[in-house]
Amino acid sequence: MVPLEHYLILSAILFATGTIGVFLRRNVITMLLSIEVMLNAANLAFIAFGRTIGSADGQVIMFFVVTVAAAEAAVGLALVIALFRHRETLNPDMFTSLKW
Amino acid sequence: MAASLLVVLGRNPMHSVLLLIVSFAALAGLYITLNSPFAAVIQIIIYAGAIMVLFLFVVMLLNAHKEDEYLAAGAPAMKKPLYFGAVLAVVLAAELVWALTRTGPAQDALLAGQAAPDARALESVRGLGLLLFTDYAFAFEVTSILIIVAMVGAVVLAKREL
Repeated sequence: MVPLEHYLILSAILFATGTIGVFLRRNVITMLLSIEVMLNAANLAFIAFGRTIGSADGQVIMFFVVTVAAAEAAVGLALVIALFRHRETLNPDMFTSLKW
Repeated sequence: MAASLLVVLGRNPMHSVLLLIVSFAALAGLYITLNSPFAAVIQIIIYAGAIMVLFLFVVMLLNAHKEDEYLAAGAPAMKKPLYFGAVLAVVLAAELVWALTRTGPAQDALLAGQAAPDARALESVRGLGLLLFTDYAFAFEVTSILIIVAMVGAVVLAKREL
């Protein structure tokens, strides 16, 4: 049985990876993927804790997180398509029309 | 697990998406070792199946194989935020590891009041469903409204002209 700390460390590393992705990448699609990685890190922590205290609540919350991730991916990708139609680029630094 | 690193570092969005599927499959394996087969199945079906197909579809639709030309063009202006992001992420990782691994005494206290984890109760999908439709019934219904709103929003946003 793997101790809880290992799952938590992996979860932290995954979350940091997602953060790096959001900050470093200049591609809207890859940034959305990085957000998915961060959500998965949170899921892993939830399930590890839920198993440790012996309750199924962690799995229920993971279920909700997955649902929210699906909704977020749908809306995010629709936005990306709309933006791409206007600007012909996926670089977020080009979407500056609203900048003052 | 290394796959998720490659997701972020890969240049081609297509490769990123495919590597993310590998990463999700590895996570599903971890969920099985955590006595949570239902979570593993959800991970495979919804994430690796549905969401990633959506991403792949968009990547192919937009034909986006060329990212970093802009980065090369505007390199000097880009340097500062890049370093800032990298430093921030490393600090965040160190902080999270530090915080999460120092839970020893608190964790013992938490476990002291609990019976030993009952693996069979955790694994049963029936128990999970009961919990979902009794204690979490309200959250479940709210989730359905959220899904409907997201669906309508996606359709409106992706229409021909805004």
